[in-house]
This record gives sequence, C-alpha cells and structure tokens, in this order.
Amino acid sequence: MRAARPLASLTLSALLLALFIGIWQLSSLTSGAGDAVVDPEYAALVGAAAASGGQTPFPSPLQVGARILEHLTDPFYVRGTNDQGIGVQLAYSLGRVLTGYGIAALVAIPLGFVIGMSPLLYGALNPFIQVLRPISPLAWMPLALYTIKDSAVSSIFVIFICSIWPMLINTAFGVASVRREWLNVARTLECSTWRTAFRVILPAAAPTIMTGLRISIGIAWLVIVAAEMLVGGTGIGYFVWNQWNNLSLADILTAILVIGIVGMVLDQLLAMATRAVSYQE
Amino acid sequence: MAGPFADPFDPKTALWGCSCGRHASQAEHDRALACEPVAAAPEPNATDVEALSARIVETAVTKAVFGTEARRRAFLSLVGKATAASALATVFPLDAAKEAFAQAPRAVEKRNLKIGFIPITCATPIIMAHPMGFYAKHGLNVEVIRTAGWAVIRDRAINREYDAAHMLSPMPLAITLGAGSNPIPWTMPAVENINGQAITLANKHRDRRDPKGWRGFRFAVPFDFSIHNYLLRYYVAEAGLDPDRDIQIRAVPPPEMVANLRADNIDGFLGPDPFNQRAVFDGVGFIHLLTRELWDGHPCCAFAVSRAFINDTPNTYHALLRAIIEATAYASNPANRREVAAAISAQNYLNQPVTVVEQVLTGTFADGLGRVQRVPNRIDFDPFPWHSMAIWILTQMKRWGQIRGDVNYAQIAEQVFLATDTAKAMRELGLRPPEQTTRTHVIMGRTFDPADPEGYLASFAIRRT
Repeated sequence: MRAARPLASLTLSALLLALFIGIWQLSSLTSGAGDAVVDPEYAALVGAAAASGGQTPFPSPLQVGARILEHLTDPFYVRGTNDQGIGVQLAYSLGRVLTGYGIAALVAIPLGFVIGMSPLLYGALNPFIQVLRPISPLAWMPLALYTIKDSAVSSIFVIFICSIWPMLINTAFGVASVRREWLNVARTLECSTWRTAFRVILPAAAPTIMTGLRISIGIAWLVIVAAEMLVGGTGIGYFVWNQWNNLSLADILTAILVIGIVGMVLDQLLAMATRAVSYQE
Repeated sequence: MAGPFADPFDPKTALWGCSCGRHASQAEHDRALACEPVAAAPEPNATDVEALSARIVETAVTKAVFGTEARRRAFLSLVGKATAASALATVFPLDAAKEAFAQAPRAVEKRNLKIGFIPITCATPIIMAHPMGFYAKHGLNVEVIRTAGWAVIRDRAINREYDAAHMLSPMPLAITLGAGSNPIPWTMPAVENINGQAITLANKHRDRRDPKGWRGFRFAVPFDFSIHNYLLRYYVAEAGLDPDRDIQIRAVPPPEMVANLRADNIDGFLGPDPFNQRAVFDGVGFIHLLTRELWDGHPCCAFAVSRAFINDTPNTYHALLRAIIEATAYASNPANRREVAAAISAQNYLNQPVTVVEQVLTGTFADGLGRVQRVPNRIDFDPFPWHSMAIWILTQMKRWGQIRGDVNYAQIAEQVFLATDTAKAMRELGLRPPEQTTRTHVIMGRTFDPADPEGYLASFAIRRT
C-alpha cells in the first residue's frame, strides 16, 4: 500500500466527523414532539415532549457537547458516596484494571516461560488453557462474588482471569518458537540455563510477549466497564449504569467517548513498548 | 459548682440546691449569707459523656446514703474524698452501677455503618435519613450506597459489605428459607413503604385496559421475590389468566423497564416508582393502575438486617432502627413530602428530576392519559411489619412454586418480621404501634385470614401447588 499524505487523511477524518454530527443534529431537529394539546397543569408535570403527546427524543449533538464540557471542566469532584466526577470514576476503573492486569502479568509471564521451555508441561496444561480461555470473564463474576465475598476484589479477579490467557499463550508460544540455532549457539558457549533464559530466550520472545500484553490490556478495558455495571459502587462502568438509571443518554454518550479515548491511549502505550523491544532478523 | 455534674465527693459542692441545703439555689444561699465568702469550686474535669454519666451515678448514690447536705459535708470533711468514695464502694457496688448506667443510653458498638439501597422511592426513609440527619441524631455515621440490583444488594449484604440493606419485603423471608440463595437467618425490623407501585402499560395499549385481554403480553417485574411479582400474578390470575402460561413475566432492573418499554420489548411492567412516573414523564407509557387499588396498604420494600448483626451489635441495631422509624414517621406526614422529595432526588441519591419524585410522593401526578390525578396515599410510610403480611407473602411464594412442602407460616413470620422490636422503638419515639401483630387484609375484594393460610391458598383456582 502506498503511504497516503497525512494531511489529506486528517482532513478526510475531520470531514467524516462533521458529516456524522451534521446528520445527527438534523435528525434530532425533527423527532420528538407530537401535536396533542394538554392543559398547562398536566404539561408542567411531564417532560416537554410528553406534554405534546410525543416521546423524549434522543439528545442532539449540542446537548451532548454541553454535557461533555460540563464533565470535563469539573472531573474530580466528590459530593458524597454516590456522586463523584467522571475523572474520579476513571481513576477507580484504571486502578482496578492495572491491579488485575499487573497480577496477571506476574503470574502469566513466568508460567508461560516454564510452559514454553518444557514440551511436557505444554502438552499437559494446554487442554486446561484451551477450555478456560474462551469463557467470558463475566461468567466468573457470580462465582467470584460467592467465594471471595468482596465485590471490589471480585472485579479485580475478573480482570485477572480475562487478561491472563493472551499473556500466557503468547509467552509460551514466543518462548517455544525461539530459533533452535540460537539455543544451540548458547549451548555451545556453555551458557547456564538462567543465562540462556534471560540473555537469549527473553529478548527473542519479547515481541511476542508484548503482543500478548497488548491484547490483554484491550480485553481488560472492555471487561471492566461491564463488570462495574454489574457490581456497581465506583468506576466508569458504574457511571454508565448510574446515568442509565436516570435515562440520561447525553451522560452515557460522554462516558462512551471517554472510555474509547482511554482505551486507545492504553493500547498506544503498549504499542510503543512493543516497538521498543522488536528487532529485525 | 452546682448542677447535675458536680463532684458529690467534694464537701463544697451543693447537691441539694445550695451548700447548706436550706436554699433553693446557690445564688439564694449566697444572698442570704452575703458576709460569708464562697470559694469557687474547681470545675470537674468531666468532659466526656462517660465521666459525666459516672458522676450522675455517684451523685445519686451519695444523696441516697447521706440524706441531708449537712451530714454529707460533715462526713466528707472528716474522712476526705478518697476514703469516702472507697467507704461507699464497700456498701454499694458503685463501679457496677456506673457501668450499668453508662450502657443504657450510649455504647453504640459500631458508629460507622454502610447501608445499600436501590435508587427508587421505596427507599425514601433509608435515603432521607442521611441528608436530613436522622442517622446522625441517633449517634450513627451512616454511608448510604447506591447499588446496581437486587441480587447484588443481597450478595453484598450476605457478604457483610453492608451492615443493613434496602430489600424487597419478600427477600428476608426468601433468604431465611434459602429460596434463591443459601439459607441465612435474616430479619426485617421495619417496612420501608406501603403502596407506591403501579402497573404501567405502553401507550399503544391505551384501549386495552381490561386484563382479560392481555393474553400474550410481556411484563417486567423488579425481582422474582418481590411483592410486584406476586401482585401482578394475583391481578392477572383474578382475571382468569395463568401468569406462567398466558403472559410472560421477566425480572428486569427498574431503570431498564422504561428503556424496554420504549424499545417495545415489553408491553408493561409492575414496577417501583419513580419509573412509572418516569415513563409518563418521557412519554413512553401510561399508569394503568396504582397498586393501592389492588391492596391498599400493601408492604413493598424492607429495611433488612441479618440476625447476626442484631446479635453482634444490639445497641447499634436499636439506634439504627429508631433512626429509620423516625425518618419513616417524618415521611408519612403529607406536609413534609415536598421537602423529602427535594432531599432524595439529588444526584447522590435517586438521581432523578425533582418533579418526577415530587409527583410520586405528593400523589398529584400526570397519569400519561392527559389527566392530573390526586391520590394522596399513592405511596405511604408505615414501619410496622405485620406478621400477617409475611404470611400472605409466604402463601404466594408457595402458590407459585417458589417454596415447597409444609411451611410453618406463623413461626417464620415471627422470626423474620420483627414486630416486637418495631413496636418497642415506636413507643420510645412517642409513636403508637398497633396492639396486635396480625390482622386480616383485603386484596382485590378477597379477605385474607392469616389464621388459615392453607385454606386461603386452596381457594385459588390458578396455582402451582
């Protein structure tokens, strides 16, 4: 593929966005209000659209924009247990994701190393991994709540269990597929097992391991929103649930945008780390 | 120094009005004996409640032992304070008395409590007690935590993440019986609200108000173990429809009810407010009937705690119960409803438009059909957990196959619905609880006699037993 000029693609992106918002704004102008006439006392008790026989319409881009601005100007307020700013909620979610993900990495990378270096273990553990891997992490939630008896730890556990598989499989695969020649050279030079592991296998497998880490963070960020909607309390997922409770679509759209941006940032950080350890043969 | 907290072992203190005991107050005594300079007694260093209550006990005992001021002063001057105190202690268990006295009014074992609630108007007393200071008034520091659903609130309460919780009134019965979870002794010391629910139908069913024509309708209720489920089943069964075969009933969290009604996934719901009113507010549905038209005074939600919480922290439990009952009494006064609505609609609590909550609590509401209705007892608040209510709920649990076998109705009702505790707390707050714990209820014109639950159950044509 020929490389496109960056300025041209940027302009096209902006045009597409403008087109999308324009269509949205136009469609929001027409929907909603009906033409029924009711008495003023009744009208005062219901929403503007319901007063004229219609339904409350989908919010327009302008309303959503106003809400986003409101959230972003004061993201870190705390006005009670159940009323905290979007920044605070994001921090809770990120904290959970990084804890669960960090523990998963601490377990998966050494374990993957061992599995990758020993064909016997690889064969023995592979059936378990293949069965456990495709389970939706949220299916673990009731089990976790029942056994751990703590909702905060349960959501961290769910992040742990969903992010461990890509890391484990990629590490094992990366370690197992280090080129024979390199291992033979190390053996010829009489390197110890530890020295071979750290100086030959680890650098060789690093790009594959990093790819596993990158896949995992994506999954973890997807799962935390759902887990928090289920368990509630704090976090960006709880924020979405809470605004759903108030049927406030403008706030939900704000949260969706923020979730997307944070997910992209996390992914890009790991992409940079992957580039840093990759090599040309 | 005079007054209730003066040191009774100080000879200069006046326990009987003045220091000689013949005047009503120290000031009067001073005027009568103006020439005699009175040295100011040092302030007792009794700053905390514990020391003050100990002082009150000492004073009472000293007064009883000596009888008159002159005798006490003579004795104290002769032997000194320490000796007097120890001499007294040999004839009277002063320390034990101090301790016993201190136990009574204070000694809340646990001040910081967590209470979970679902953001619906049924939780009004639990929620309002926070911003309106009822918890603080009873010496408690309570955090009220909005929770995502009934199963979550049940699991968190069972896991002891919450000290107490807002539940649906059948839930403590179901938890105790082990229906839908492991059996754990649970209790319901107070009813949160009575009435206050409604059947909301989609706007397209404006002309199909007769339940006989509801075959094939899809309904939502908040939870399987809910008064909503039992009332909806009762209502359609009275119209000749079998709720398990002729209509569909699914458990849907309240906020999703309006969204589902709008998306045409359900035809209606029997749900808690503010979501009935919210459906009207957003032009999605109309209020078909209020549940008070089915059973006026039916219990809905519960203030629930585990039996273990009561046993481990009895004083905390009583303080909490008093706070809840006081809040309930405040909410039951129609004059306070607007104030309560404003307090609980905030983002930290219900997170709903004030006008929606106000319509629910005041009973002046838009019904979704273009009329403004005035029903002051649309929702009401009465904490008394009638045992007969529990027995009715148990009959319906059995009727629809949620529990099987022989049910000891009266015993379970007594064990879970703590009417005696409620009555005691009500009396302490100057309220008048009913004398009985059971009575007959009238549900859709049919009288329920709590003395004969099996006979009542057998009288229904449509049942699963």
